[in-house]
Amino acid sequence: MEVKREPIDVLRKAGPSADPIDASDFRSRQLAARDMLRGDLDDEDLERYVQERVLTTTLERAVAWGQGNSIWPLTFGLACCAIEMMTIVAARADIARFGYEVLRASPRQADLIILSGRVSIKMAPVVRRLYDQMLEPKWAISMGACCSSMGVFNNYALVPADKFMPIDVHVPGCPPRPEALMHGILRLRKKIQEGPDLGWRERYGAVGTEEVVGPDEARPDAERAAGPSGDPAGA
Amino acid sequence: MPSGPPARAETRPVPDATGLELIAQALQEANADSVLGTAFFRDRAVIIANPPDVHEVLGRLKDQGYDFLASLHGVDYYPEEPRLGVLYELLDMKEVDRISVKARVHTDAPRIASVVDLWPGADHPEREVYDMFGVVFEGHPDLRRILMPEDYEGFPQRRDFPVGGEPVLFTYNEDSPYGKSQ
Amino acid sequence: MSATTDYRKREESITLTSEPAGERQELLTLNMGPHHPATHGVLRLLVTLEGEIVRDLKPIIGYVHTGIEKTCEDKSYWKVIPCVERMDYVSYYFNAMAFCGAVETLLGIEVPPRAQYLRVIHLELNRIASHMVWLGTGALDLGAVSMFWYCFRERENILDLFEMSSGQRMHTRYFQVGGVFEDIPTGFAAKLRTFLDRMPTRADQFADLMEKNEIVLRRLRDVCPLDEKTLLGLGVTGPLLRAAGNPWDLRKAQPYSSYDHFDFKIPVGTVGDNYDRYRVRHAELYESVKIIEQALEGLPEGDHITSDRKVALPPRHELATSMEALIHHFKLVTEGFRVPPGEIYYPIEGPRGELGCFVRADGSAKPARVHMRDPSFSNLMAFAPMVKDGYIADLIATIAMLDPILGGIDR
Repeated sequence: MEVKREPIDVLRKAGPSADPIDASDFRSRQLAARDMLRGDLDDEDLERYVQERVLTTTLERAVAWGQGNSIWPLTFGLACCAIEMMTIVAARADIARFGYEVLRASPRQADLIILSGRVSIKMAPVVRRLYDQMLEPKWAISMGACCSSMGVFNNYALVPADKFMPIDVHVPGCPPRPEALMHGILRLRKKIQEGPDLGWRERYGAVGTEEVVGPDEARPDAERAAGPSGDPAGA
Repeated sequence: MPSGPPARAETRPVPDATGLELIAQALQEANADSVLGTAFFRDRAVIIANPPDVHEVLGRLKDQGYDFLASLHGVDYYPEEPRLGVLYELLDMKEVDRISVKARVHTDAPRIASVVDLWPGADHPEREVYDMFGVVFEGHPDLRRILMPEDYEGFPQRRDFPVGGEPVLFTYNEDSPYGKSQ
Repeated sequence: MSATTDYRKREESITLTSEPAGERQELLTLNMGPHHPATHGVLRLLVTLEGEIVRDLKPIIGYVHTGIEKTCEDKSYWKVIPCVERMDYVSYYFNAMAFCGAVETLLGIEVPPRAQYLRVIHLELNRIASHMVWLGTGALDLGAVSMFWYCFRERENILDLFEMSSGQRMHTRYFQVGGVFEDIPTGFAAKLRTFLDRMPTRADQFADLMEKNEIVLRRLRDVCPLDEKTLLGLGVTGPLLRAAGNPWDLRKAQPYSSYDHFDFKIPVGTVGDNYDRYRVRHAELYESVKIIEQALEGLPEGDHITSDRKVALPPRHELATSMEALIHHFKLVTEGFRVPPGEIYYPIEGPRGELGCFVRADGSAKPARVHMRDPSFSNLMAFAPMVKDGYIADLIATIAMLDPILGGIDR
């Protein structure tokens, strides 16, 4: 019995010159993936599919390679995990081997915030503000059990980091061994160098609190370079 | 080489039961209703003081030699009344003596005199007791919350305050973890 | 040539005399926020500056408040030990010791001598490790960056020893109520001896690096002294008080856990400035090494935990043969031991001062109140009087020498 298969019209709904598949439409992505697995995608759809998912451009790959090999962490220690984070800066487990020894004190100059320790409710807005002050591209690692989940202290005073900021890598442990944190950082490096950002932060709802001043309609002649708001003394 | 157990007589780091009774008696002679009782448990001496007279009791003990305030903390004795207790741990460095003073107040009138004038080091501990239990220290220069955010409501370390926390993620609620917006 | 002469003329026309700054300058309130490269932990300081001189200082804490004491009320006694360990997070054995000592006093049980000596060994190793963190980060703040790597190298050796005895580098849950969790393994003594042989030389090297350096001396000597009377009024103990001249040390004054069996000295300073605080802690390294050597020499044979089966778990091999051991194991693991009603305050000498634990037991298997009297909490109150009328650079150096651990301050 012959089974007739046809590619679903979803891909051609708006015509061949349409915009790429809207990433936020889960169903259409799912169907495109199904067609890919079946080998049913044709040339232009196939090319579009591959382009959206894989870094094909050499420039993109080079940029990603560079970004992954020179992550600048923020010096941000909260509690016990900060001591283990200090040991990976120290000599035995050495992040300088990978190029990450430049720990910057200012969030404006850092790429990576390693939340090392428990985030209390008083500290959460401060952490969020620091994260917002970092410039794109930026990543976050939640180190230890207390900020990944609630850890040892499941009580009124703590906030899991997932609640207020997007985290790329969670490193479990209490505190995680320096080697474990190293593994987490290297997984992040792998993620940066290989995977494109599929807009997960927008889906996560993790934007909206950056203190960026846009052009003001009320003052049309105000300069665009008004600069981001928020006082730098708060950092 | 370690010298083994010392040959000297057993040191008594606190006033023993008789010493405690003598101290309590002296305090009571000075002010009849300042001392509500004494307790001597596992070689630790506690004087239970009347809350309105706590400042006086501590002042007299300080003059007597217990001039170092090692700790000031609160306890919630729920469900026994009076519920909120404030404990003062005093230390006499010359005699190597420790004594505790306990004062218990009710939740509806949690006021007690501040001892910042006797020991400036009571500043932050009293703020902490206020923050965690709600005991108001009269005469404290700057009584506001120290560990919780300034606008927090409730006194967390009271026994009837819930522990709080986030629900642990299991299979049945893993689709709605904290942080996921939809 | 004319440009040069022109320049010379202009240069000579400037009068390079210093102008007096005037009676009082405007006061500026600066927020050294919870995130700052120099504050050790999340300490927020509201500093009122007049020019570069600190006129007033207000520390704001609570940024790492974890509600440890409230969490402890919810857990059985042996589960409190890991919670309480994470309070002062560089001196974790001390937190556990204070709590275990308090519960042991409430229960009225004796800790076997071998366990006491093992506790002393681990406590003093932790004291050295804590001082290594202090010295490394403190020197880093002053600008002596390479000290950080040297100190953490020593700390790695100590953490290797901890990993040998308990399996964890930090927060080891090694101290239990009644003794220690396990006996030390076979290679431990040899490795400890290698470490002890090397440590005094290393401490000498640290002294050579720091004390002959003119910049370090200028930044620490006669900087921010505070007299003994003010410190006592503020409730400060530990190396800060000893730097001011008062030799108060609970290991000598109210010995606990067989500290009176060992022969060691208490380093005491004279002036009470930053340099004395540095020297006192540095000298404590040698004393700790001496204590550990004596404890290792005289380590008695015996049990590593009390044999009271109502409090301590029975050894595993007994579970196969003895019904009672099985029942005890079951009760201890599920419910935990019950402590008769009572209250106790148990103080020990931590690396920063008097670390006390207040436990109130109400007869059940969970404590009704656990309060840790943290030394850094009281030491922080001395910070404002110390840096008043000093430069802001001295403020940074003083934080380094004050050695606050925010986990202990905020709990």
